[in-house]
Amino acid sequence: MALAQAKLDAAEARLAALELPMGGWSAAARADALARLRAMGLPGKRDEYWRYTDPATLTSAMPSGAALFDAGDEAPLFDGIDRVKLVFVDGVFDAAQSDDPAAAGVEFLSVVKDIHWAQGLYGVLESRGQTPVERPLAALNTAAARDGVLIHVTGRAAKPVNLIYLHQNETSDAILHHVIKLDAGAEFTLLENGPAAARFNQVLEVEIGDGARFHHIRAQGRDHERRTVTHIFTRLGAESLFKSFTLTANGVLTRNEAVIELTGDDAKAHVAGAAVGDGDFHHDDTVFVTHAALRCESRQVFKKVLKNGAVGVFQGKILVKQGAQKTDGYQISQSLLLDEASQFLAKPELEIYADDVKCSHGSTSGAIDETALYYLRSRGVPLRQAQSLLVLAFLAEAIAEIEDEAIAEDIRLRLENWLARHES
Amino acid sequence: MLEIKNLHVKLEEDDKVILKGVNLTVEAGKVHAIMGPNGSGKSTLSYVLSGRDGYEVTDGSAALDGAELLEMEPEERAAAGLFLAFQYPVEIPGVGNMTFLRTAVNAQRKSRGEEEMSAGEFLKVVREKAKSLKIDAEMMKRPVNVGFSGGEKKRNEILQMAMLEPKMCILDETDSGLDVDAMKLVAEGVNALRSEGRGFLVITHYQRLLDHIKPDVVHIMADGRIVKTGGPELALEVENNGYAGILSEVL
Ligand SMILES: Nc1ncnc2c1ncn2[C@@H]1O[C@H](COP(=O)(O)OP(=O)(O)OP(=O)(O)O)[C@@H](O)[C@H]1O
Ligand SMILES: [Mg+2]
Repeated sequence: MALAQAKLDAAEARLAALELPMGGWSAAARADALARLRAMGLPGKRDEYWRYTDPATLTSAMPSGAALFDAGDEAPLFDGIDRVKLVFVDGVFDAAQSDDPAAAGVEFLSVVKDIHWAQGLYGVLESRGQTPVERPLAALNTAAARDGVLIHVTGRAAKPVNLIYLHQNETSDAILHHVIKLDAGAEFTLLENGPAAARFNQVLEVEIGDGARFHHIRAQGRDHERRTVTHIFTRLGAESLFKSFTLTANGVLTRNEAVIELTGDDAKAHVAGAAVGDGDFHHDDTVFVTHAALRCESRQVFKKVLKNGAVGVFQGKILVKQGAQKTDGYQISQSLLLDEASQFLAKPELEIYADDVKCSHGSTSGAIDETALYYLRSRGVPLRQAQSLLVLAFLAEAIAEIEDEAIAEDIRLRLENWLARHES
Repeated sequence: MLEIKNLHVKLEEDDKVILKGVNLTVEAGKVHAIMGPNGSGKSTLSYVLSGRDGYEVTDGSAALDGAELLEMEPEERAAAGLFLAFQYPVEIPGVGNMTFLRTAVNAQRKSRGEEEMSAGEFLKVVREKAKSLKIDAEMMKRPVNVGFSGGEKKRNEILQMAMLEPKMCILDETDSGLDVDAMKLVAEGVNALRSEGRGFLVITHYQRLLDHIKPDVVHIMADGRIVKTGGPELALEVENNGYAGILSEVL
């Protein structure tokens, strides 16, 4: 019981250090989340769900500092993509550096006026996502987020919205909560990039209507000491599509959770990640996919390249509910270990209550293929370039989940730059 | 052009000695063939020349146009003009065949201080050469050698050779796995590259390849050494009588 009490105490200590938002249209949802958090407490490393990742620095009352990353003269990510830019500096919206949000139909959580469509959504998917596994850091987010974007997509969005998260204060502690609703048949692309803060807690709730299509591509920022926890909660209507890709390069601690509910027939959800880490890098992908409808497809593709003692974690679950016949579930998590000091911990899980389903999962760890390396070099490709080609080849299946070729190329370029910086 | 002197090679991992004093010189403009029983060390010779890991040179030397090969990294040997068409071409999942070829061509150009080939020019040249080897566009898009049939892999090796235009080409059993028509295509590909400045070392078990690629000199390798050297008639003798006669004669 001492353990449970410690978790409750941690939650109180964290809350005491925060200035909680007051009033406004989301007050009831926040109060509900606060009560849930107070009942659960914050996670500890003894929790089964945090077995491979110590949450201490994510739950502590105050953040640890993170030095700013110097990207040199590298072009910012997504620079060549026609998009609506919305800039947050250490978690605070900066209108001066941003495009006009109103023109893109973007509203803000911080605005006090009633936003009716969001009222029925804010904290709702997060709250649903608390069973069967508790996610207290997400409840904390719902209770404490002071800002975030609210986007109601009614048709085919003209341009992607790009949330750019700048980090300027070495001890910043940011909490953002975004809600996106796609009406039936709508289509929208969300781009996110940047470290956001020394410590960043983000929740993204996405409600996808029948036949709607949601694309999400993000890159998490390269500040070495940054600590990040993100949750995506999404619910898919019939024949809809959810596609999310995350690039993580650097970061002393990253935990990305995705909680996906396929509730309409014939829906498709793909979630993918490419993570590259050198040295003090701990990256955790935790995914929970629930199939609750007929003929749905889910794909989880996670690839990690680890060197100099970097650690990769994958916890991925596919739950097929009774009656979710003809489910097609695919899950793969692989790591490329560039040395023996690095490690990959994987816990793939299948739980199936329907009899006519197709589910596969695989998890591997391996070194670079020396024969392929020699073959490339024998054709004149220098060692470093050959290694970089093979690393990109290893990550290719994850990157292939990005539909837009220009965006995929941007991601590849970012990876090549990372590899060039981390040669040895 | 290629000068191999008293080359002794053992496996790095254990004491097994594979090459026991190979002496061989290939002059520019000539085609040399090497035949020899299975396990005699032919592929090992080609791997050691191209710089594969796992072998230790205990004695001897190998030079290409006077430059000592054995000191160089594999990519430096390639840049110096050495090319090995592999007996077992390697599959590289995730790397497109076209990307692979273009990377290789441009890497070699760069190392020689030449300008990179533009995407347009590269495409034009590669299409033309692929066509003459009956390699279709779809195969160029696939990952390197993945899902290629045995014969397709061999043709892909020759395409790489044609694109890289090396000065010393080693072909290790390029004919194995090829059907009669493909063998002709490959031989035509090789013959098209024959020129005064270029040397060939063709490793094969069969006369039929040498019907198409006429060798100037034929060597017989056995137990890690070149045991006999002669003209094209030596290959015919192997074809007709096997190795028994030749080997008993030299031992
Ligand atoms: N890495 C290795 N480990 C163990 N044995 C090896 C290795 N490489 C070569 N050998 C051995 O060395 C000998 C020569 O092999 P090599 O492949 O060079 O023969 P080859 O003349 O090319 O034969 P083939 O005509 O069958 O292709 C063989 O006995 C082979 O088993
Ligand atoms: Mg051989």
